[in-house]
Amino acid sequence: MEMDKYIVLGHGSGGKLSQELIRNIFLRYFDNDTLNALDDSAVLPIEGNEIAFTTDSFVVDPIIFPGGDIGKLAICGTVNDLAVMGAVPNYLSAGFILEEGLSLKTLENVVKSMANTAKQAGIKIVTGDTKVVHKGQCDQLFINTSGIGLINTKFKDNGNVEPGDAIIINGYIADHGMTIVGAREGLHLSSQIQSDCACLHTLIQALASEVEIKLARDVTRGGLATVLVELVQNSIYGIEILESAIPLRNETAGICDMLGFDPLHVANEGKLVMVVPEAQSEKAITVLKKHELGVNAAYIGNITKANPGKVVMNTVIGGKRMIQLLSGEQLPRIC
Amino acid sequence: MKYITEFRNKDDVQKLAKAIGTYNGRPVQYMEVCGGHTMSIQRFGIPSMLPESIRLISGPGCPVCVTSTGFIDQAIALSRQTDTIIATYGDLIRVPGSNSSLENERGKGADIRIVLSSLAAIQMAIDNQDKKVIFLGIGFETTAPATAVAIQEAHRQSLENFYVLSAHKIMPPAMDSLLSGDINLDGFIAPGHVSAITGSKIYEPLVEKYQTPVVISGFEPLDILYSVWMLINQTQNNTPGVEIQYKRVVNEGGNTKALELMDEIFEPEDDWWRGLGVLPNSGLGIRTQYRAHDAKQWLPKNMELPKEPVGCICGDILKGLRSPSECRLFGKACHPGNPVGACMVSNEGACQAYYLYGNG
Repeated sequence: MEMDKYIVLGHGSGGKLSQELIRNIFLRYFDNDTLNALDDSAVLPIEGNEIAFTTDSFVVDPIIFPGGDIGKLAICGTVNDLAVMGAVPNYLSAGFILEEGLSLKTLENVVKSMANTAKQAGIKIVTGDTKVVHKGQCDQLFINTSGIGLINTKFKDNGNVEPGDAIIINGYIADHGMTIVGAREGLHLSSQIQSDCACLHTLIQALASEVEIKLARDVTRGGLATVLVELVQNSIYGIEILESAIPLRNETAGICDMLGFDPLHVANEGKLVMVVPEAQSEKAITVLKKHELGVNAAYIGNITKANPGKVVMNTVIGGKRMIQLLSGEQLPRIC
Repeated sequence: MKYITEFRNKDDVQKLAKAIGTYNGRPVQYMEVCGGHTMSIQRFGIPSMLPESIRLISGPGCPVCVTSTGFIDQAIALSRQTDTIIATYGDLIRVPGSNSSLENERGKGADIRIVLSSLAAIQMAIDNQDKKVIFLGIGFETTAPATAVAIQEAHRQSLENFYVLSAHKIMPPAMDSLLSGDINLDGFIAPGHVSAITGSKIYEPLVEKYQTPVVISGFEPLDILYSVWMLINQTQNNTPGVEIQYKRVVNEGGNTKALELMDEIFEPEDDWWRGLGVLPNSGLGIRTQYRAHDAKQWLPKNMELPKEPVGCICGDILKGLRSPSECRLFGKACHPGNPVGACMVSNEGACQAYYLYGNG
């Protein structure tokens, strides 16, 4: 069908269409073992060490929003992709695509924000690039960052995960996505919700020093649902989660309800899902709660023998339903 | 979320589900004709809480789903005209027309913008006076008054570049058509928001004609389960009537102001519904005195007849005759990222609700 021949926004949503695009175009031609692992970072053996290497591009609109801006996001996103591989982030690159007519003041504010975030994260921006395009060829500015870090904690082995293991998240979901939608659509919400945009490596390292983390994933585009589905979609195990245990602010839930968004599919920028042995779940929550980015950590479900390859949710009213990948772009509903 | 969490209280829901579970009458099928209900039912896993003898089926309640392929073709034709901005509610952009979709046309360069209200489209017309702004008016009695306000406002401000392509529809003719067809229906869970505008009285002729129970329901789990319980009682006692469960929003007479405004701007016309075909006086056309704002004047002559997708059973799904899982395209060639039929497009469509919540 002619309709399949064009890129649509859903290809960038992180859900099913993104997966298809990666499989049918990128993996087909770039094909190699490191890339095929499709982890958040590539793991590269270099002179007896293991280095995590990753890249990410940032095109958020609006570029400044409650709780952050495109610069902070560009640092946190890449830092988190390294951190979930057990790496301590060391160095970043930064590439800028700037639209003709962008105010220098805006650029400076974004760069300042990147510098502050990087400094706080203890990471250096060591190389960069700038291109300028004609007005209308990009939206103000796009940023690409790549990062490398030395892996010092190994917890990427899916083989370790077994039925009964606890699934833990470090706090409220869907705040970032709904903040952006609110700002972009000019909803003039009276709410106080802010993007959760944050660098998660210190949180992961703190937890890893006290608890056996079997697996960690940062929850970004496609939301919590996408991370959970990807965890088990090719596995002999399933996942069962409890809707009432998932941290979700009333305000965020209200905005999602109003627009017809499922909070489980809404983007986050400072959230982490971890799988830990059931016996260590209580300790994991205690450790997380001591860190400022884990105060609202919660135990939301378990790995199960039942429903292999599937994620089942016990709903707030005691019903059951399946969780699926986000498919396409989430659109505000009509009524 | 005051007035929401109370209606999601697990203990209350379980008590009600238990009461419904004691139903021991003949197997019944109740149909919801509002996409909001479909979504809520699937999202909260309500079917998993009902006894086997009570089946909920989805009807033609999602505005996007019942919109005809021909309407999408018209919108696409308009989007290809120069100096034209198409303003639309988000769901519509992914609905397949005969050869393309608005989303695809946007990818190819058409100026198609998503709005959250008809008044945002008015503002767009004010801000872009050198272009035609065409608002795609779809939906039932819920969104029709908002479109009517926009047309009235454009008329008042003499905004000559604001147009509406109307596919607005009203619900009772569709319910009548279903009851006169070949499906066994034991009652309707009637739409909450539509009824807030129309009032409960519009369903009375249906009950008189077909002796079918109607309960107007809210959207939270307790609302829906309570409505099911009310329907069971009507069925068991053989006392068909129109009852309002959603009393905090709906009354008998409806919203008079909105109804008057709709009547001022629109007139009934025969309209084509996906799955149901042409239903007499089921659509809302723009009245002659507001024709200046009717986008139909810009439609190209001799448009090709619309082509329906091969293999798609949306029509039967909208009539409640078959369920999404019975479609051979479901979840394979047809998923929300690449919808073949309209029911997979909107999160209120039966196919998407079944797909997302895994109950196909």
